[in-house]
Formats: sequence, C-alpha cells, structure tokens
Amino acid sequence: MLTLDQMPVGARSRLESIDGDRTFRRRLMEMGLLPGTPVRLTRRVKVGGLVELRVRGCSVSLRVKEADRLRFVMDADP
Amino acid sequence: MTLLNPTDPPPLVTLCGNPNTGKTSIFNRLTGLNQKVGNYPGITVEKYEAQITLDADHPAVLCDVPGTNSLSAHSVEEQIAILAIAGIPPLNPPDLTVVVVDATQLPRGLYLVLQIIETGGPVIVALNMVDLLEREGLEVDTEAMQRELGVPVVPVSGLTGEGIDHLRTRMVDVLDAPEIARAESRWEPDGAAVRADIDAVAEALPESWLRKSPARGQALAMWSLLSIEEHDELEYVSAGLRETVAARHKGADAAGRDLDREIIESRYSWIDGHLGRFLHETTRRRRSLTERIDAVMLHPWIGFALFLLVMGVTFQALFSWSAPAIELIEVGIAKLAAFTQTLLPDGMIEDFLVGGLIAGVGSVVVFLPQILLLFFFIGLMEDTGYMARVAFIMDRLMRLLGLHGRAFVPMLSGFACAVPAVLATRTMGRQRDRFLTMMVIPLMTCSARLPVYTLIIAALFPPSRIAGIFPVQGLLMLAMYMFSTVMALIVVAVLGRTLLRGEAVPLILEMPSYRRPHVRDVLRMMWMRSSLFLREAGGIILVCTIVLWVLLSFPKNPTLDTDYATLRTDAQETLSGAELDERLAQLADEEEGAIFRRSYAARMGQVIEPALAPLGFDWKIGVGIIGAFAAREVFISTMGVVYGVGASADEESPTLRSRIRDETRDDGRPVYTPLVGLSLMVFFALACQCMSTLAVVRRETRSWRWPAFLFAYMTVLAWIVSFAVYQGGRLLGFS
Repeated sequence: MLTLDQMPVGARSRLESIDGDRTFRRRLMEMGLLPGTPVRLTRRVKVGGLVELRVRGCSVSLRVKEADRLRFVMDADP
Repeated sequence: MTLLNPTDPPPLVTLCGNPNTGKTSIFNRLTGLNQKVGNYPGITVEKYEAQITLDADHPAVLCDVPGTNSLSAHSVEEQIAILAIAGIPPLNPPDLTVVVVDATQLPRGLYLVLQIIETGGPVIVALNMVDLLEREGLEVDTEAMQRELGVPVVPVSGLTGEGIDHLRTRMVDVLDAPEIARAESRWEPDGAAVRADIDAVAEALPESWLRKSPARGQALAMWSLLSIEEHDELEYVSAGLRETVAARHKGADAAGRDLDREIIESRYSWIDGHLGRFLHETTRRRRSLTERIDAVMLHPWIGFALFLLVMGVTFQALFSWSAPAIELIEVGIAKLAAFTQTLLPDGMIEDFLVGGLIAGVGSVVVFLPQILLLFFFIGLMEDTGYMARVAFIMDRLMRLLGLHGRAFVPMLSGFACAVPAVLATRTMGRQRDRFLTMMVIPLMTCSARLPVYTLIIAALFPPSRIAGIFPVQGLLMLAMYMFSTVMALIVVAVLGRTLLRGEAVPLILEMPSYRRPHVRDVLRMMWMRSSLFLREAGGIILVCTIVLWVLLSFPKNPTLDTDYATLRTDAQETLSGAELDERLAQLADEEEGAIFRRSYAARMGQVIEPALAPLGFDWKIGVGIIGAFAAREVFISTMGVVYGVGASADEESPTLRSRIRDETRDDGRPVYTPLVGLSLMVFFALACQCMSTLAVVRRETRSWRWPAFLFAYMTVLAWIVSFAVYQGGRLLGFS
C-alpha cells in the first residue's frame, strides 16, 4: 500500500482506505473518492507539496501532507 | 391542468448545480436582464433572483442556488442549498428544481442529482457542455439517461444558447404536470443497520421540515446524518435532532461501521452501475484540452511566469487603467459642484449640497472604476477556470501565512484599493479565511496613500542619491511599500494564530475544465456585484462624508482674531491691478484657514494633540488625520486649508511644500523634520483612515464588530509603531 508521496506521476492505482478527519474524508468521498475508486496521479509539485489526482473524470488537488491517511494500491500492469 | 389564478404568486424554480458547471450562463440565458441580486438572510451569500416568463401564461420566479457538490453542509453558507431545494423554513419549497450538470464531469453531477431526486420534488436535469464531451471522445444518450433517472434530461449549451428553448418548454410541462418530473429515490439504503439509523433520525426531524412526505423524511434524515456534527455552524437544527444524529453515529462507530461511507457509497454504486447505460465511448479517449493547457499553465516555470503576467496585468489595470476614469469622475463631480454653486445663492444649502452631498456621492462613485475592473478580471479568471490554478500556484506561499491560495488575488488588489479587494474576498469559501484576509487588506499600500507619501517625501527629504545611484526619495517610497507588506504578513500570522484561529482545514481544490469565457456573463456579474456595493456600502460612505463635512465646516462665522474685512479694504486702497488680486486671494486663503482653525474638527485636533505629541505631531497634523478619515488623500487638501494655502493644494503644490518646511513650533523649532515625516508616513501606512473600507467591511461581515476591531487594532498599531519610530529616532540623536 502506498501513500501519495510514494506514488509516481502517471501511476494508475486504486484507493484502498481513507482515514483521518471526518469532514475531510466525507468531502473527498462525496467527490467520488471512495475505497476501490481508480485514481491517477497526474501532477506533483515538489516545492509546494501538492498533487493533482484524476478521479472519475474530475481533477482534484490535495496537499500531500494533509492527505497522508489515504492509502492506495497500484494497478497491476495490463 | 389547473389554470393559474392571476393573483397567485408565480411558481418558484430553483437552479442548482456543482460549482463551475456553467450554471450562471444558463441562469443568464433564462432570465435576460431583469435579475435582482440580494443576500440570503443573515449571511453574505449573494442571492440572484429573477422574474421570468416561460411562455405567455407561465410566469415564474427563478432563484439561483450557490454551486455545490453535495447538499450536505457544515456551515450556514453551505446550508442554503438544502434549505432552498428541500424548501425548509424560512425558505419556500420550490415548484421545480433545475440541476445543471457538466456532461464532462458526469459522476459528480449525478451525485447531486440523486440527492435532489431523493427530496421528492420535481427535477429537470439540464445537461451542459455536451459538445465538450464529444471532443473528448464520449457521448451521452440523453433518452437512456432520462429513463434511468426517471426525470427529464435536456441537453443545453450555456455558451451558445442551444437547447435553452427546449428547457423552457420542459419547464412549462413540469409546472403543469409535476408528476412527470418526480421520481422515487433511485436507490435504497443497503442493510438493516443503516436503514434503522435513517428511520430513527427521520423520527426526530421537525414537523415543519417534513411537509407530510415520508420519502422526504428519509432524504432529510440522510442529510442530517451527513451534515450534523459537534462543531458544525448549521442553523435551524433542533437539539433533539442533534442528539439523535450524534447517538446514531456513536452506535455505528462502536459497531465498526462508517455511516458517512455507507450512505455516500450507496449513491456512487448506483452511479457506477448505471453510468455505462447512457455514457458511451465513441472514439478512443484523447487527452482532454484541459490536461494539455494545464501542462503549460501549471508547469513549474512557464506556469509561474504566466501567472506573474496575469497578476501584473490585473494590478496594472487597477492601478493605472482606472486612473483616466477616476479622473473623469472627479472632474465631473467638480463640475457638478461648480454648477450647483452658480445655481444657488451662497449659504448653508449650497454649502451642504456641494461640500456634503455632492462630495459624498462623489466619494462613493469614485470607487467604481477600480471595482468594475477588479470584478471583470476576477470574473474572467473564474469563468475560464483559471482561478483554481491561481490557488494551486499560490498555495505554498499562502499556506505559510495560514491562508488559502485564493486569498492572493484580494491581497494583491489591496495595493490598488482596499474597497474592491475586500469585496473580492467572497471568492473564498471559509468565513474565517475571508475575515482574516479582510483584516489585513487595509494594511496594503493602497493608491490613496501615494499622494500623502509624495508630499511628505518631496517636502522633507532631499532629492539626492545614495552612492550616486539610488535616489533617496524613490528608495523611501519603495521602503514604504515593503514596510506595509511585511506588517501585513506579521498581522496575518498573529491574527491567524489568535483571534481568528481556525482549525487547519485540509485543502481540497477542484480543478475545473478550462472553458471559453462568456463575456456577457462576466460583464453582468461585474455589474451586479458593483451595484451591490453602491447600494449597501454607498449609504454608509455618504453619511460619513456628511458628518465629516459638518465637523470641518462648522461653526459658521466664528469670531476671528484678525479682521480680514479691514485688511481687504487696506489692500484695495494701497494696491491695484495684479498685485491687488494676488493680495486678495492670499487674504481669502488665510481667512479660510482662520475660520477652519475654529471648526469642530480643529477643536478635535487640539483635543487629541496630547495623544499625538509623542509621535511628533502637532494639532494641525491631527486635523489632517481627522480629515483623512474621509479618504487618505484628503489629508493634503485639509493641510492646504489648515495652513491657509487653499483647499485646491495638491501633493505637487510648491506653496504647500514650502509651507510645510517653514512651519515652526512655539519655540521656533520646525514642526516637520525628516523624523516627523517618517513617523507620519508610518502612521499613514498602518492607521485605518478610510471610512469606505470600514463601510465595506461592515457590509461583508454583516456586523459592526469587525470594522470596529479593524479600526481599533490598526490605530493602536499605527500609534505604537510611529511612537517607536519617533522616540527611537530621537534617542538615536535625530531631531
């Protein structure tokens, strides 16, 4: 299982688990980021610690440090 | 079909949708020009409403609901959506809800649609941006989508207006026969445990929420379970409901269940299971236009350079492009004043109209060019989707300050003028962030401080160069800009950790697709927001101007030490021609000054002198500071009157400059030394001498508490720092 800072750019993965603050978690889930959802990391800004994720056709940016309780599993290469 | 009784109020249609779905374009398409903008009761959420005519015998009221991803809410601002859509008192239930869905972001849109269907009211889905979807190689079968959802789906384009007529026809159909747009909830809660939780909460709902519909009870129970928590900012939630929700969450937690996830996941599993039935791939999916643009816009170097360019243009516009319009307004107001003077006989009424009323209206209208320009640029950034990228790029810097990336544009705008900048804070979601930003914007060096700095620097500092290269005067000006910026950053850091401490809210930044901006929508938004300013802050500014006018020009006809009438007669007897005119003009200025020194404002200056003396200021500067409350640049004309060189003096005026240099204290020492000048500039940099800013903060926070705090902290800060500069300078041996 990987955290956001371990995921390479362009990697396709699935959200495995989502923990942490209830409001944060609920907002992400309402945007469709639920366990089992395919996620692609599309951008990483090293200096700012931001990542951009592609989830269900939408782009969402998160701070890596704040999203440290999200766990992903990489998709096996087809 | 029931015929409408002409005296019945027209049916209410609410328009809602996710943020950035082009909802505003569709609202504008449906309404035309007759919109009204106001506020929802008690909060600063703009409420756009319009009377519309769907067809000859179908009038309706269309009400725009702020964009939202979900009906669940944690603050009063977010709560508007559920109140408006479910029709919970104090808001009325809508006769129809139109949901705008961005076809390119279908799953997220459907999540909202499902919730609205659950509340049991008639729903029409307006599917926007279908053309964009096709470019991405996808296609929606609206017939199939309609079948799956059980409510009408109408493809539209906010940009071209395509499909809007069809939408109107469907709205008429639904208003005549609401049942065609009413569907049962698309899904049922999965599992006995969650059903029991929902039923228990439904039992605790207030009677006024239910409107006798059991389906509604279930929807509102789910809303309560997702929304109500210990530290929410919701209103109208009864203690009983609160307890039930808390108990149910506690019970679920104990059993290792996650109620939030159970409800949200059920909706998404419906979407996952049905989406494939109406969304089809036509060609191989291509990288979307947005992804290609972002490769440049969010590029570490190119993106940042482009960002600086955009901000530079915006700032330049506020700062320079607005100047001709501002000048035009000022000239127009002056002409109007002069014209009024020729119309009316000299006296109180003329004086009030010119000095109070016309000046007051002028001081409101003069903000319009900058406000319009700023809202034009903000509208453009929002409409194209670039605003989210600004937040993305600036996040790191603003996070250091404990602020959101979106605070950047308002803070930058503060360098031009605090009034539009404060209005711009409403692009930020959280109230705490908005208030914190508002509290520091007035510290930014706004353009009204420039003339004051120019006057002081030109009068008191030599035009020499340091090391033969750097001009002292230019460096001082730059130093004042840097000083105010650093002070603002310190204040943000302090306030953000004390008075406006907020729990760190993790950033969730949605990056909408880029869109071609719709200029008409941008212009309309710009005008609506500006007219809100005119209506709501304008009144306060007007009243303040009139009060200041009274202070500065009363009492009329005080007894003076010098008899100017005799001096005039003397002059007329001894002088002639140009010399006489010059002497008379000089006497008139001096008399004006003498009368002014007896005014209430001058007396107030004398009263506050002991407080200003430690900063190196005498009572005359005190009067200037009082006058500057109307607007900082008024300091100059006030000083012109105080020193008897005429109110028309400006910062370039050589007579005012030399008068300032020559002014002495009772013991013969000069009043203005470079140290006093520095202390005075520091005071102007930090003190909140701007009633318009206070008026607009009052309007945005809906309370007098915040403007009072703003005024108090800035004045105290200004006093302390000026004190430190002046007394510290004296200790170091400067005079």
